[in-house]
Amino acid sequence: MKTIYLDNNATTQVAPEVLQAILPYFHENYGNPSSAHSFGGQVARKVTAAREQVSSLLGAAPEEIIFTSCGTESDNTAVMSALATQGDRRHIVTSRVEHPAIRSLGFHLAGKGYRVTEIPVDGEGHLDMERYQKSLTPDTAIATLMWANNETGVLFPVEEAARMAHERGILFHTDAVQVVGKMPMNLKENAIDLLSLSGHKLHAPKGVGVLYVRKGSKFSPFMVGGHQERGRRGGTENTAGIVGLGGACELAALRMDDENTRVKALRDRLENGLIAGVPNCRVNGDPSNRLPNTSNISFEFVEGEGILLMMDEFGICASSGSACTSGSLQPSHVLRAMGVPFTMAHGSIRFSLSIYNTEEEIDFVLEKVPSIIEKLRALSPYWKGGEGICQLNSSRETS
Amino acid sequence: MWEYTDKVKEYFLNPRNVGEVEGANGVAEVGSMACGDAMKLSIKVEDGKVTDAKFQTFGCASAIASASALTEMIKGKSIEEVERITNQDIADFLGGLPKEKMHCSVLGRQALEKAIANYKGITPKEEEGEIICECFGVTDREIERAVRENHLATVEEVTHYTKAGGGCESCHDAIREIIAKVRAEAKPVPRPKLSNLQKIRMIEETLEREIRPSLKHDGGDIELIDVIGNRVLVATRGTCAVCKASEQTLKNFVEAKLRELVWPELVVEEVTP
Repeated sequence: MKTIYLDNNATTQVAPEVLQAILPYFHENYGNPSSAHSFGGQVARKVTAAREQVSSLLGAAPEEIIFTSCGTESDNTAVMSALATQGDRRHIVTSRVEHPAIRSLGFHLAGKGYRVTEIPVDGEGHLDMERYQKSLTPDTAIATLMWANNETGVLFPVEEAARMAHERGILFHTDAVQVVGKMPMNLKENAIDLLSLSGHKLHAPKGVGVLYVRKGSKFSPFMVGGHQERGRRGGTENTAGIVGLGGACELAALRMDDENTRVKALRDRLENGLIAGVPNCRVNGDPSNRLPNTSNISFEFVEGEGILLMMDEFGICASSGSACTSGSLQPSHVLRAMGVPFTMAHGSIRFSLSIYNTEEEIDFVLEKVPSIIEKLRALSPYWKGGEGICQLNSSRETS
Repeated sequence: MWEYTDKVKEYFLNPRNVGEVEGANGVAEVGSMACGDAMKLSIKVEDGKVTDAKFQTFGCASAIASASALTEMIKGKSIEEVERITNQDIADFLGGLPKEKMHCSVLGRQALEKAIANYKGITPKEEEGEIICECFGVTDREIERAVRENHLATVEEVTHYTKAGGGCESCHDAIREIIAKVRAEAKPVPRPKLSNLQKIRMIEETLEREIRPSLKHDGGDIELIDVIGNRVLVATRGTCAVCKASEQTLKNFVEAKLRELVWPELVVEEVTP
C-alpha cells in the first residue's frame, strides 16, 4: 500500500539530495571536526559551510548559529540561558498554546518558584497582544512565543512582540520550528534575540537543531563540555546531521515559492474539498493567517482516533488533537485554549503537507475521508439523520 | 500509536450490532461528549434472556470495539449470566486492551449494568455516590468499585480504568484516600514484632517503592529524616513543600501506606530539616 504522508508538522522525509550528501559523513569522512589532522579538518570546513547555509536562510550571521540536537534542546537552552544570565529576574512570559518543549519547561520552572504568565488566545488562535504587552514587567527575564502553531499553523506576530519586549529591555525568544523553510525571514531586520529550529521539520535528519543567538546577547550554555560551538554548546558535533541541515536550508530557500503557491493550493484543495464533502465540519484557526501547509479540521460528533485508524487502513497519515490519541484524557491544549467546543475538539484532524505531496494524493484523500466520517457518524449516538444532537447525558457534562 | 489486538481492530473496523433495538426493554446512556466517550446500549429481555442488544458509541477505536464486543457477549445469555460480566471480561474477549484504555471496558460494563437496572426498574448504586473527579464526573462509588475489582494500587491506574484524576488532578489526594480505604478492607495479617533496624529498612523500602514515585509524579518528594519508636520523621520536597494539601497527603497517603505495609502504629510527622 502506498503511504500518503500528510503529517509533515510531526516530521518530514529527508530530502533525497540531502541524504546523498550526508552519507559519506558516516563512513568516509567520519573525522572529528576538532581534530588537528586534515582528515578531521575537512569535516570542520563542511560544518562551517553548513553554518553559512543555515544563517543565510535566517538572515543571520554564521557566528549567531549554535548547532544543537533538536528543537527542544534549543528551546530549553534559550529560556535557561535567559534565567542564568539575569539572576534577579524571575518571570517568564509565554502563551497557552506553546509546544510542550516550552510549555512543560514553564510548568517545571513554576514548580521551582519562577513566575510564568501564559497569554491566552482567541477563538481563531490569535494572541491577546494587549495582555501580552501588560504582562511584560521589569522582573521579566524572557518572553517566548512560537512563530507558528504546530497544530493549527496560526502565525503569531512575533516581530511585533519582539519589538515590544525590546522596548522594555526584555529578551525575546521564538520557537520557529514550524516556520523555518516555509516562510521567508530576515533576522537582521527584527528584534528577535533567540530563535529555535529543528532539522527534521524541513527535510533534514532527526537529531539536529539550531539555536540562533543574536550577536551581543548574554548567553549561558545549557550543555557544558568541550569548546565546540565556541564554548556555547559542548559535545562532539553531529556532523552528518549538521551537513544535512545546511543542505536542507539551501533547498528550502529554493523551494519556498513552491511551498507558498503549489503546496498552499494543494492544502486549500484538500480543505475546501473536505468542507464541501462532509457536513458539520470546520477549520480551526484563522484561515488567512497561517502556514501554507497546515489544515486543522474538526469533524463534529466523531472522535479523532477512529478517523486516524480508518485513514491508516488506506495508508493516509495525519494527526489528531483528540484526547484518545494524545494519551492524556483531554483534547489538545491548543484547541481548548481557543475555546473549540468539545463536540468539535475530539474530532479534530491535522493535515500537514510538504512539497512531496501530489494532487493525486489529495484527491485520493478527498475520495476516502467523507465515507470514513459517515461510517463513524453512523456509530455515534450524537448523530441523528444528518444532524447532530447534543442533549445525550448532558447533566453530567462539564464545561 | 496504540497497540491494539487484531480483535480490537476487527471489532472497530467491522462493528457488530450497531443501532437501537426495536422494542427494547432495557436502555442506558453512559459517558458524555465532554469526556470524549459516550455509549448508548439497548437490550431486549424475553423470558429472562437477552434476545437482542445494540449499541451506539462516540469514542475511540477501543471504546467502539468494547461496546460491540459487549453486545456479542450478552446476546442469548440469561440475565443472571450477563450480570456477572466484568470489565475485565470485556477486555479479555478482545484479547486485552492497552492499560490506558481500560476505561473503555469499564464504560461497557457501566452501560450493561445501567441497562439491566433499567430493565428491572431500579437505580444503580454507583449513581448515588459523591462526585470525586469533577473533570470527568466520576463518583467515589465508581472509583471504589474499580479499585476493588481490578486490584488497583495507584492514582495512575485509577485514571486508566475510570478516567478519574485525568484532568486538573486536584482530586488525586481524594483518590489516594479511596485506594487506601479499599485496600485496608482486606483482612490485616498479624505481623511479628519488628526490630528497630528492620522497621527502618522497611520504611525506607516502602517510601522508595510505594510513595515517592506517586509524589514525584505530582512534582513532589519526601525524605526520611529519622525514626524514633513509632514516630516517622520526614521532610517534604518540591511541590509537596509548598502544597497546602501536603499535610493531608502525609496523613492519608504516606502514613496510611506505612501503617499498611510496615507497622500499624506508625505516626508520620513532618520536620523542617
